[in-house]
Amino acid sequence: MLIIGERINGMFTDVKKAIQAQDPAPIADLARRQVAAGANALDINVGPASRDKLGAMQWLVGIAKEAVDVPLCIDTANAEVMRVGLEAAEGNAIVNSTTGEEERMEATLPLAAEFNCPIIGLTIDAEGVPRDANGRMEIALRLLMACMEKGISATDLYIDAVILPVNALQQVPIQVLEAIKMCKSLSDPPPQTIIGLSNVSQGALYRELLNRTYLVMAVASGLDAAICDPLDDELMEAVIAAEVLLNRNVYCDDFIKAYRR
Amino acid sequence: MPFTVPKERWTAEVQTTTIGATEADGGTRTSTVTIGGDQSLPFLHFEGRTPYRPVIALEVLDEAPTQWPDALAEHYRDVWDDPAAWAQKAVDEFGADLICLRLVSADPQGTDASADDCAATITSVLEAVGVPLIIWGCGDDDKDNAIMPFCSQAAAGERVVLGAATEDNYKTICASALADGHLIINQSPLDINIQKQVSILVTDMGMSTDNIILYQTTGGLGYGVEYAYSIIERTRLAALGGDKMLQMPMLSIVGSEAWRVKEAWQSEEEAPEWGPLEKRGIIWEAATATFFLHAGSHLLVMWHPEAVNHVRQHIDELLAGQQT
Repeated sequence: MLIIGERINGMFTDVKKAIQAQDPAPIADLARRQVAAGANALDINVGPASRDKLGAMQWLVGIAKEAVDVPLCIDTANAEVMRVGLEAAEGNAIVNSTTGEEERMEATLPLAAEFNCPIIGLTIDAEGVPRDANGRMEIALRLLMACMEKGISATDLYIDAVILPVNALQQVPIQVLEAIKMCKSLSDPPPQTIIGLSNVSQGALYRELLNRTYLVMAVASGLDAAICDPLDDELMEAVIAAEVLLNRNVYCDDFIKAYRR
Repeated sequence: MPFTVPKERWTAEVQTTTIGATEADGGTRTSTVTIGGDQSLPFLHFEGRTPYRPVIALEVLDEAPTQWPDALAEHYRDVWDDPAAWAQKAVDEFGADLICLRLVSADPQGTDASADDCAATITSVLEAVGVPLIIWGCGDDDKDNAIMPFCSQAAAGERVVLGAATEDNYKTICASALADGHLIINQSPLDINIQKQVSILVTDMGMSTDNIILYQTTGGLGYGVEYAYSIIERTRLAALGGDKMLQMPMLSIVGSEAWRVKEAWQSEEEAPEWGPLEKRGIIWEAATATFFLHAGSHLLVMWHPEAVNHVRQHIDELLAGQQT
């Protein structure tokens, strides 16, 4: 299971402050703590913290890269910022993200091919997020075909079926679970699947419980990766237990400890 | 339409481990043995490399065996009263890559040899041969815990392999190996979950993963060995999938298991349909060894020199398909 730590994001106050004050210590600390907690990659998102998005991305990636040795998931919708992030990550990166819209794919897919790194594809097009799992799959297929044309293998494409808050759109979580299952029949080998977990509980109460429960459900549906908060111990332990219960990892009495080795 | 061979993509490889230390590394061995590093299921060269050749250790007992069939005894009778001479013959005449010294004399039910006697035997074997050693106790936990610190010390700095740490008895052997710079064998009773747990326990004590060799207790061909095959294979799959606690190279005990079964020793008068006795045990041992090789073992502990030759030839054939 690929766990992409979500905490280096300018949406969070501590990160925003650090970017504005150009203080590297909190960023490096977040990078190290997330990896120590079990993240295998780190999301890097400038957020609304700075007008100089290029400079801020370069700065964040530079600090994270020095602090830890995991792929950095360059999180931006802006192709210029993406390039700067990928260059700063020196090849050890994930492109986050493209949508199924033609111009986004045209701007982003060549970058994934050029830097030879995986790419996250959101099942969104010009009309927005589809209303059901089938609609999501249509866009996923379009993303897959576009990747193939650019020489990006299916296993380097992470389909994100776009989870939306349960308190607003209660029918969506189950649609996304269906989409995760359907993704596995798109090709052989199939593309990977990913979710931006925290979205499911946006604005709701009991956020951690919702996140934890939904992640376990998604893992059981075949999910390969999640962007989430690895500093949430109970979340991490739930996913570790789920992987053992699904026979993805070999059980032993100290299976929590084993996972963190 | 051209056919493309489907290939598995693995995220990790088997840990590489070196046994034995030459003078440059603080020991006195004239050769060392490196195993592991595999990037695929055994010998699937189109999917990944097998960087190191599987190796064969010949077993040496520290006192003469009493019930060996003639087909086996005839090769060792002249040396089996002297473990050093036995080891020397195994290396010089039979080409052993390592010596697996089993301290059967320590058994409290038998000779009950002292820790000093066992340590002296180890010293004499280390002086007699230049290859790396595996040193195994007698199998009685209490006695092994009493002798192992002395045995370990007698080989300090040589990077020998000490056998064996189990879920219920690992602290003494692990501490000895750590103190004297050795490796240890993680043993489990045909159980991958316990194997993984033993890895957790010994790494908790500070043992690094490249100083561990995995061993599942087994049986001979025809006696439930298929179960061992599937566990060894599953361990390899876990290693290739990135499970650090199951990523170490694996060892299989072949000689004693193969020669224990009745097909290897029952007389021709009792079982005429089984063919000539002088060949049966050899074939049984070679077939058992081949079986473990294909399951994914890196280190085979064997007995009969002719069986060793068959297996060595088979390893040559298996590796011949690999592009250099």
